[in-house]
Amino acid sequence: MKSSVLDKLKILAESAKYDVSCASSGTSRSHRSGAIGSAAGWGICHSFAADGRCISLLKIMLTNYCMYDCAYCINRRSNDIPRATFSVSELVELTIEFYRRNYIEGLFLSSGVVRNPDYTMERMVRVAKDLRTVHHFNGYIHLKSIPGASEALVHEAGLYADRLSVNIEIPNEQSLQMLAPDKNFQSVFSPMRYIQQGVLQSAEERKHFRSAPRFAPAGQSTQMIIGATPDSDQSILRLSSALYRRQSMKRVYYSGYIHINKYDTRLPALRQAPLVRENRLYQADWLLRFYQFQVDEIVNDAYPNLDLEVDPKLSWALRHPEFFPVDINKADYELLLRIPGVGVKSAKAILFARRYGRLGTYQLKKIGVVMKKAQYFITTAELPSPTIQEISPEGVRRLLVKPNKQAADERQLALSFPDDV
Amino acid sequence: MTIYRYDKSFEGLLTAIFYAYTRRQFPDRLVGCGEPLPLFADEVFEVVSDAAHADRVWKGLERKVKQRELLSAITFAWLSELPEVDMLLFRYIRKLFDFKGNFSFNLGDADVLQVHKIWRKVSQERLRVCQFLRFQKTADGIYFAALAPLYNVLPLTLPHLTDRFADQSWLLYDLKREYGYYYNGKEAEEVRFADRPEHLRTGRLDASQMDADEAAFQQLWQTYFQATAIRERLNPRLHRQNMPARFWPYLTEKYGK
Ligand code: SF4
Repeated sequence: MKSSVLDKLKILAESAKYDVSCASSGTSRSHRSGAIGSAAGWGICHSFAADGRCISLLKIMLTNYCMYDCAYCINRRSNDIPRATFSVSELVELTIEFYRRNYIEGLFLSSGVVRNPDYTMERMVRVAKDLRTVHHFNGYIHLKSIPGASEALVHEAGLYADRLSVNIEIPNEQSLQMLAPDKNFQSVFSPMRYIQQGVLQSAEERKHFRSAPRFAPAGQSTQMIIGATPDSDQSILRLSSALYRRQSMKRVYYSGYIHINKYDTRLPALRQAPLVRENRLYQADWLLRFYQFQVDEIVNDAYPNLDLEVDPKLSWALRHPEFFPVDINKADYELLLRIPGVGVKSAKAILFARRYGRLGTYQLKKIGVVMKKAQYFITTAELPSPTIQEISPEGVRRLLVKPNKQAADERQLALSFPDDV
Repeated sequence: MTIYRYDKSFEGLLTAIFYAYTRRQFPDRLVGCGEPLPLFADEVFEVVSDAAHADRVWKGLERKVKQRELLSAITFAWLSELPEVDMLLFRYIRKLFDFKGNFSFNLGDADVLQVHKIWRKVSQERLRVCQFLRFQKTADGIYFAALAPLYNVLPLTLPHLTDRFADQSWLLYDLKREYGYYYNGKEAEEVRFADRPEHLRTGRLDASQMDADEAAFQQLWQTYFQATAIRERLNPRLHRQNMPARFWPYLTEKYGK
């Protein structure tokens, strides 16, 4: 390895890091003889950066030269930053050597746009193709498709990558065009559609021929930047919910806007990234995907933005006291999931444990129910204690929100996505 | 008080269960050979480990218990090596056998809950080893990794590692329990070493033991690790929570930190 690779790695990792998605989940593939590696299905974090984020993939750019000038991006043309470009073989070697040392699950490759979208996309595809066909690399590959890339190239990318993504970045077309004049919704949604078609077509073919090639088996993902434009949580989550209706869309990521390009007056001068809001959006997204919530239950015209003080499930419960208290020993699964402090795991455990007898506070605690929250929303085998009905929603809110602590704690907020939201 | 004395092996535990059922007498305590007996021991039964008896017990469990997690919980909990885990597992296995119908994790039962908890802790540690082990390539082409897990989880990581690193030879070493597994490109076998050179005490190779490119790749990884963190969002608490400090001495990216 030449020493120049070290400099390139530094520059291109710095440039790639603002893309939040780190997941490497969605594909299970065990080792094939003569090949390197496997994909573990659940996605392993191999390290955690100083910001606490999971490092699962070698998240890197092929080049950070870019002919576009998106206002929110560190790599925009008008920024004076160090630039570098990897050769295909350098990147392939790095990936394989890192993988063999158990540093990573695979590669997450993005790129600035040089010459034109297809020229760039073609080189990205070559990295994936070399890894798979020349080096028989069996680990995880995520390619970030270049907006405006042709259908043929997106299709080829899907043959080698586990996951493809196209970032929306801005949830509203007007704002997008204002901040990223070289992009529009079509340049984002067309490749998404190609991916969707590729996934469906391959699934269909594989029904008939087991050996038909897989197409992006881990589906696609996207990202939206939060807080760079005045868009409400309602418009963000509506878009997410519409995207999740396509079966190939596995994850929408939310990235709190970091004010990097301070000179650009089109952007709000945030002193720090809106981390609490970002966390609330992830929790709401979680409710959409695993808790059978409809988007309008979480945000609607009356409540267009998420409550920063409490999580979205608690917030829903406080707005809907009529659903509570729920009888732990009788309620069905869907209703159990609605109880603040009861997660997917604990709801299932409650269903199990109920078969052996009526449950009280003691058992619920053992199961992992967060009783501090749940107590106001349930009845158990024991004598009734005061619930939201007696205390009132405002009273419960006062009991559950610690005064002032949140503001001080904001920077340290755990950005994990707990089961028990 | 009835005492069963056995050799503290897993096979021995299963043999003890075999005798408890055939003799219709269940021990109040299990003690290891050489351990002092409790004060009020009125009967001590010596269990001699027997592969055939142990096998019968395990087969019986497999027939009786449909939900596989209930059984893997036994092996996982055993490898926790926690004091008294043997008696806990004894009671747990008895419950599995005696339960009429289809048993499942009934977390209302104190023993089942306890086994379940230990199982989760051990699984967690197994995962962490899979996450945080770091191979260093030696001059003779073997990839070497060493760490000191809380529980004896190396055997549990083998299915994952032999699948993932199938085409390279490697040595994974437990510094605390002083043994490891060597995979030769075909299968993994347990290895122990008579003396313990420096790298089997610290987990690190020195420059002379490394492959020519190893130091360069370690530096590349350290550089990447630094560069990928977002300075505007530093969060040491979350960082520590996700990557416990006890792993740091063996993490390439944390060397010297
Ligand atoms: S096209 Fe991508 S890399 Fe180029 S400026 Fe826009 S966001 Fe940044």
